Amino acid sequence: MTDLADLTISEASRGLDDGRFSARELLEAVLRRATVTEAQLHGYLTIDREGAFAAADAADRRRAAGGRRGPLDGIPIALKDNLCTRGVETTCASQILAGYVPPYDATVVARLREAGAVAVGKTNLDEFAMGSSTENSAYGPTRNPWDPERVPGGSSGGSAAVVAVGSAFAALGSDTGGSIRQPAALCGIVGMKPTYGLVSRYGLVAFASSLDQIGPLARTVEDAATVLAAVAGWDPHDATSHPEEPPAFHRSLERGVEGLRIGVVAELMGAGIDPEVLAETRAAVDRLAAAGAEVVEVGLPSVDYALSAYYLIAPAECSSNLARFDGVRYGLRVEGGTAEEMMARTRAEGFGAEVIRRILLGTYALSAGYYEAFYGQAQKVRTLIRRDFAAAYETVDVLVSPTSPTTAFRLGERASDPLAMYYSDVCTIPSNLAGDPAISVPIGLDSRGLPIGLQIMAPALGEEVLFQVAAEVERGAGFAARPRLASSEVMEP
Amino acid sequence: MPVDIDIAKVAKLARIALDDEALARYGAELGQILEHAERVQALPTDGVEPTSHPLPLVNAFRPDEVRPSLDRDEVLAQAPDAVDGYFRVPRILDEA
Repeated sequence: MTDLADLTISEASRGLDDGRFSARELLEAVLRRATVTEAQLHGYLTIDREGAFAAADAADRRRAAGGRRGPLDGIPIALKDNLCTRGVETTCASQILAGYVPPYDATVVARLREAGAVAVGKTNLDEFAMGSSTENSAYGPTRNPWDPERVPGGSSGGSAAVVAVGSAFAALGSDTGGSIRQPAALCGIVGMKPTYGLVSRYGLVAFASSLDQIGPLARTVEDAATVLAAVAGWDPHDATSHPEEPPAFHRSLERGVEGLRIGVVAELMGAGIDPEVLAETRAAVDRLAAAGAEVVEVGLPSVDYALSAYYLIAPAECSSNLARFDGVRYGLRVEGGTAEEMMARTRAEGFGAEVIRRILLGTYALSAGYYEAFYGQAQKVRTLIRRDFAAAYETVDVLVSPTSPTTAFRLGERASDPLAMYYSDVCTIPSNLAGDPAISVPIGLDSRGLPIGLQIMAPALGEEVLFQVAAEVERGAGFAARPRLASSEVMEP
Repeated sequence: MPVDIDIAKVAKLARIALDDEALARYGAELGQILEHAERVQALPTDGVEPTSHPLPLVNAFRPDEVRPSLDRDEVLAQAPDAVDGYFRVPRILDEA
């Protein structure tokens, strides 16, 4: 018999509707899975058993009374620990926020609760979402469920890992330069970054405000769409949220790709990309062509400069956003003789190395005399990248590329080389700079048995065609492999 | 070539108290990262407008109505030091 923890959201939701099991039983299955996997995985920083059981029991009472709220009612979901949760510790995997208990819920968390979802707990991340391996967590790394000697990707590595093993049905992550899509690819699940502004960021601890978006990680494209539908939409608390009705992305999954034009990004299909990743990417593209899409190669010449522009823009915004951590209103304080000494000591002790590196980098890029040459120029390059995308979307409906240049790498392999780590996001950063939606769908395994993801990109508010193509990629790949840590063998010594 | 920067000044601006050894390490790392980031200067951008934000939004208004805010005691409960409904910090101005 299938373990309840391995169901998709749509299967679990039907089972709840048919009375085959209760929300409490679903939650128990997920927590049992966590008990088996967490010692090795470390995907969760906090598991809120009490809150989760209260939410599951409330969902069961609603169904018994005939008042089901929607497809997520009673479904256990995990939250990246940079999303504020009222009454539940929110650390951003940083010492500077150890013990911080937010007095409010992020809008996405409130919306999931309104939809009846059961918040299981808070997942591990690179400190303040800065990193591509989840090794930058102040509370220890998360492991890859396919090979515990390897990283799960990052920064939403905890979210990706717990969804992959079944200790949550789906999770929310945040994506500034690939932090949802890259760990999804490395863990063999679906991860999606919505159009900038589609999802409210109220209650997301800010990293780089012109790039950050919250999005879903799930085991199927349909499940990702279900979670996105629950959290998307205008929010008066976020001045950057789109006032329009969200796109009808949930209705396009069965349409197929007949007649669509799909562009393969030439700049992301050559040097620097692992040959096995390239081969699987080409195979997935061939399947789209066989399913009736017209495939063309597209050039985005400015994309070669995206990584450089990103590592000026993101640190600049980070240096400004993280100024709020000063030992005054919340979190850690290290005493000093004056207020300034107190702040400087608090920040030196509270932030980890990568966060300090980026704050310093951003402070430099914004400082007098260097602003135009670095930050100003990066913003102009951002314009050129957006123009390249706009020109491409005049001739194609979506763009595709690998999600990550390699499959999961070993712990420690890139930890001492910031530039090598930054290169992990070379394929995902362009969509953040453009503000466009993108999704990663698992398409196969490499010769080591590690998952490979295909990235699909669409123009702003193009979620409908994005999910349409993603669903076809998923059907064509027939990806059914499960990570080693999710199987019962891990219970044997 | 790695970019040479006055890392002590940058750390002071960022309000991060680092010792000499840490300053040297971060200075070297930043020099290498900036060497890579400097590539953006190779692209011709005459007449190109900078993008600060992906949305064309100009402003977002809400009705000017009195609404409840977060509970003061609950917010202050998270502060490292609070007194009489205020955040308390070390002395900011010299009394001399």
